[in-house]
Amino acid sequence: MELQTLTYIVVGFTFAIYIGIALWSRAGSTKEFYVAGGGVHPIANGMATAADWMSAASFISMAGLIAYMGYGGSVFLMGWTGGFVLLAMFLAPYLRKYGKFTVPEFIGDRFYSRTARIVAVVCLIIISVTYVIGQMKGVGVAFSRFLQVSYEAGLLVGMTIVFIYAVVGGMKGITYTQIAQYCVLILAYTIPAIFISLHLTGNPIPQLGLGSTITGTDVYLLDRLDQVITELGFADYTNNVRGSTLNMFVYTMSLMIGTAGLPHVIIRFFTVPKVKDARTSAGWALVFIAILYTTAPAVAAMARLNLHNTIRPPNSTQNMAYDERPQWFRNWEKTGLLGFEDKNGDGRVQYTADPATNEMVNIDKDIMVLANPEIAKLPNWVIALVAAGGLAAALSTAAGLLLAIASAISHDLLKGVFKPDISEKSELLASRIAMAGAIGVAGYLGYNPPDFAAGTVALAFGLAASSIFPALMMGIFNRRINKEGAIAGMVAGIGVTLLYVFQHKGIMFVASTAFLGDMSPNWFFGIEPNAFGAVGAVVNFAVAFAVSAVTREPPEHIQDLVEHIRVPSGVEAAHDH
Amino acid sequence: MAFKSKELAQAYWRENLKLMLVLSIIWFVVSYGCGVLLVDVLNGIRLGGYKLGFWFAQQGSIYVFVILTFVYAKKMGDLDRKYGVDDE
Repeated sequence: MELQTLTYIVVGFTFAIYIGIALWSRAGSTKEFYVAGGGVHPIANGMATAADWMSAASFISMAGLIAYMGYGGSVFLMGWTGGFVLLAMFLAPYLRKYGKFTVPEFIGDRFYSRTARIVAVVCLIIISVTYVIGQMKGVGVAFSRFLQVSYEAGLLVGMTIVFIYAVVGGMKGITYTQIAQYCVLILAYTIPAIFISLHLTGNPIPQLGLGSTITGTDVYLLDRLDQVITELGFADYTNNVRGSTLNMFVYTMSLMIGTAGLPHVIIRFFTVPKVKDARTSAGWALVFIAILYTTAPAVAAMARLNLHNTIRPPNSTQNMAYDERPQWFRNWEKTGLLGFEDKNGDGRVQYTADPATNEMVNIDKDIMVLANPEIAKLPNWVIALVAAGGLAAALSTAAGLLLAIASAISHDLLKGVFKPDISEKSELLASRIAMAGAIGVAGYLGYNPPDFAAGTVALAFGLAASSIFPALMMGIFNRRINKEGAIAGMVAGIGVTLLYVFQHKGIMFVASTAFLGDMSPNWFFGIEPNAFGAVGAVVNFAVAFAVSAVTREPPEHIQDLVEHIRVPSGVEAAHDH
Repeated sequence: MAFKSKELAQAYWRENLKLMLVLSIIWFVVSYGCGVLLVDVLNGIRLGGYKLGFWFAQQGSIYVFVILTFVYAKKMGDLDRKYGVDDE
C-alpha cells in the first residue's frame, strides 16, 4: 500500500483510540479533573508518567544529539532518568501523603504564605509554557512532514485532538490516553531499532547489539564507529567529553534535579491511592522510560554508522556517487534537512569534519530517528508507525503540561487567591475554561514561535532545578526553613539562573543583548548556560538556610505538618481543604 | 494510624534517612562516579564491545536507577510494616 495512505490509516486509528478513551473517562468532579480521582493503579500511572515525560524531543531529537555527541550525549541519558530516583525517594511519597492537588498548593501551605504560593505559580507557568511551545512545534512539524499538510493545518489538527480529550477528560482522560500513547510510541521506537540491530550485528536486542561485533567480522561495532569517524577527522565517539568533566557533572545534575522539580511530572504522583503506590509508581515510570532511554544510544550509534556506511560503503575504495544516492537521501534533500554541495566537482559525496572539504553541508540531527526505518529499508507500515509514535510523544506531553497550567490557574490562583469560596461546580467549569485558554495560547505560540523558543526548554529545566526542587526538598526535610527563607531562596535561585542564561544568551534570548557573549571563555568555570540550574539550586539552598537562621522559626502547626507528611499511613484521598 | 510514641517516630525517620543515604550514595557513584569522574579509568576495562566507563554512562547507570527505586519501595514497605504505619 502507498506510504501516504498507510500513514493516514495508522495515525487516524490511534487518534480514534485516544478520543474513544477520553469520552469513556470523562471527569465529573474537580478531583477527577485534577488528579484522576486519586485511584489510578501504580503501574498504569507509571506508564502514563512515562508518556507524559517523554516528549517529541526524547522521541525524535535525543538519539540524533547523541549520534553527534557520542559519549558527551550521556548527560541527557543520565540526567533525564536519574531524576526519577530523586522523585521516588525524596518527593513523591511525601507530596502524595500531603494529599493536595497542585505543587504551589503544597509550597503555599508548608511556608504558610500566599506570596510563596504565587511565586511558585509564576515559576510553574513559566516552566510549563516554555516547555509546551516546543511540543506544539513538534506536533506541527510531525504532521506536516508525515501527512504532507501545511505546518499550520497540522498544528490545528493536533490542538483539536488535545482539546477534545484534555478539556472533557481532565487528568482522568489524559491519564488513560497517555497509557495508549505510551504503547504506540514505545513500539514505534523499538521496532525499527530491533531490525537495525539485527541487520548490523545479528543481535535483536539493541542494548546488546551496541556491544556486539558487526555481522561477518570480529570487529566490535563501537570500535568500528570510532575508527570510521576519527579517520574523517571527527572526535572519537566513545571518549568525546562535552565541554569539560566539570561541565558534564553540573549539566547532568541540572537535568536530574530539574526533572524532579518539573510540576507536570510531580502532579502525576497525586493520582495513585496510597503513599506506597507513589513509591512503586515512580519505579514503574522509570522502567517504562528506561526501555526507550537504553535503546536510544544504540539507535544513535547505529544510525551514525549507517550514514557513514552509505556514503562510504565498507570494503569500497570510493565514496558513493551522488547520482547513485538512495531514495531516502533524495526524500530528505527535498525537505532541506539534508544538503549536499559538490565542492571538488568529482560527482561523489565527501563527508569529513573539515568545513573546507566537507560536502554534506547540512545534516539535520532530527533525521536520525525519522529516516532510520528508510535507511534500514524497513516496510512502509513501520515508517507509518514512527509517524504515529512521534505524534503520540508530542501530544501526551502537551496534554500533561496543559493540565499543570490549567490547575495552577483555576486551583491556585482563582480558588487559592482570588475567590476561595468558589463552588466545586464553578471550579470545574473554570478549570475547563483555563484548559481551553491554555491550549489557545500554546497554539498561538506554536503558530508564531518567539525567537527565543529554541532556548526555552533548557530554561524550563534550569528554573525547575533552581526554584521548585529546592523549595520542596527543604519543605519536607527541614522543619526549620520558614517562609522568609523559602521565598528569598526561590527568588535568589531563579535570579542567578536567569541572569547567567541572559548574560550569555541575551535578555529574553535576543542575542544582541547578550552582554557577556555566548562563548566558552566567558563561562563561569566553563559551565554552559543550559547547565546552570544546579548552581542556581545551590544558591537557593544557601540563601534559604541563611535567611531562615536569622528570622523567626515556623509556627507550631507547620512543624506538625512536616511531622504529619513523614508518616505514610492514614493518607487521605487527594482532596480539597 | 500513627506512631505509638515520639521515640518510635524518630527511630522510623532515622532508619528512613539511613536507607536514603545508602541508596543516594549508590545513585551518585554509578552516574557521577563511574559515568563521569572515573570514566577514563574504567574505559580501560572492556565489557564486550563496550568500554566500561562508556557503558555506565549510556546503559549501566540507567539499569541501576531502576533497581534503586524498586529496592527503596520494597525496603520502605518493610519499614512501614515494622513500625505499624503501613496502610493495610
